[in-house]
Amino acid sequence: MAGLLTDFAVSESGFIFDPRSGTTFTVNVTGLAVLQALRAGKESSAIAGLLREQFADVRDDVVDHVDDFVRSLRQLGLARQEPEKP
Amino acid sequence: MTVPSRLTIGVTGLNATDNPGPGVAVLRSLRASARPGERLVGLTYDALDPGLYTEGLADASYLLTYPSSGAEACLMRLRQVHEKVGLDVIVPTLDAELPLFMTLGPQLRQMGIAVLLPTEPQLSQRGKAGLAALGKAAGLDVPATAIVGSADELKRVHTQVPYPFFVKGPFYGATRVGSYEEAVVAYYRALATWGGPVIVQALVQGEEVNVVGVGDGDGGMWGAVAMKKLALTDKGKGWAGVTIDDRRLLALAEKFVSFTRWPGPFEAEVIRSNDGRYHLIEINPRFPAWVHLATGAGVNLPRAVVELACGNRPPRPKPYAVGKMFVRISIDQIVDMSDFASLATTGEIAGVQQTSL
Repeated sequence: MAGLLTDFAVSESGFIFDPRSGTTFTVNVTGLAVLQALRAGKESSAIAGLLREQFADVRDDVVDHVDDFVRSLRQLGLARQEPEKP
Repeated sequence: MTVPSRLTIGVTGLNATDNPGPGVAVLRSLRASARPGERLVGLTYDALDPGLYTEGLADASYLLTYPSSGAEACLMRLRQVHEKVGLDVIVPTLDAELPLFMTLGPQLRQMGIAVLLPTEPQLSQRGKAGLAALGKAAGLDVPATAIVGSADELKRVHTQVPYPFFVKGPFYGATRVGSYEEAVVAYYRALATWGGPVIVQALVQGEEVNVVGVGDGDGGMWGAVAMKKLALTDKGKGWAGVTIDDRRLLALAEKFVSFTRWPGPFEAEVIRSNDGRYHLIEINPRFPAWVHLATGAGVNLPRAVVELACGNRPPRPKPYAVGKMFVRISIDQIVDMSDFASLATTGEIAGVQQTSL
């Protein structure tokens, strides 16, 4: 059983440690930006906006990609069904 | 018992091989917290045990007679060592020697040597053969288990414990089997290596997590640290691991300590299944070889055992650091042949000095 995003230790380099399960993950800079936004309780549309601000050449369907990412996190048991409460 | 201010502490199990005994880790933890004038003494069974040759670990080391040579012979050898160094405490670390030290406990205490050991009923309760009954009585989830008295019983055991299951000896080793034929081979191997009883235990799918802890003997947990292995050897031994924050796992260990009033060190091996349940698969009645990780995370359990053995009540530790890792190393120690010669001929060695290169 994994812990939840809000409990994770997240380094600036994208290394993530789940203190409950002992599992580690790595994400790229985009993934890190999404994770931090999710931990702050932001919705997909707001996260897409943040990505557009932070990165160049963001695709029009970025919201779908964020949704896919969140879905994967939920399937892995790493995120709640609703947005994280900061 | 009067506690001397400068302790001499004997520690067994310096066999830091690919299936390591815990002695080196225990000595490292004691060394890390040693008081001025304190002496650490290695007690071991083989002149090639790697911990004998580690610089800065033990101030002196002595070969003991094997537990199989009987209590009388072992006591005689311990008396010889005691006369030389004046042992105040012994911390046994190996499963196979525990019954011997329990037998010798009263004589050792008479000699002024403190030991913190379980009683025979406590030891049996957590044994592989008794674990299922302990789980039932204490409200701990233990996988279906059966004790097998003959290979013939393996033909029927699958009705109690379905395949695949583990075949285990009384002290060590677990072989996963998926058929009667595999079970028979594993049964005879366990019997030949360790003797009976042979135990079969159902496989539970999930990830293994472990707890090392020390019970105060009154039902309280002095301290405990939870760990998940990150890398395993081909024998399934942890080669790297990380401390984790799992309250339910620690609560399980506390339940065991409270129910049995466990005195001293133990390791709980637990499977955390995908449905979130915790299945206790084994309780080892001693420190694991990774106990120095607990010290690194801020909880010096070997020091607590020494204090408790001396009748002290050390203050409870602060919460341990989560995310502290151990990564084991296999390294060649270069020493002079005279060290080995000393052990082979006299059975003793003063603190070794490794060859400078």
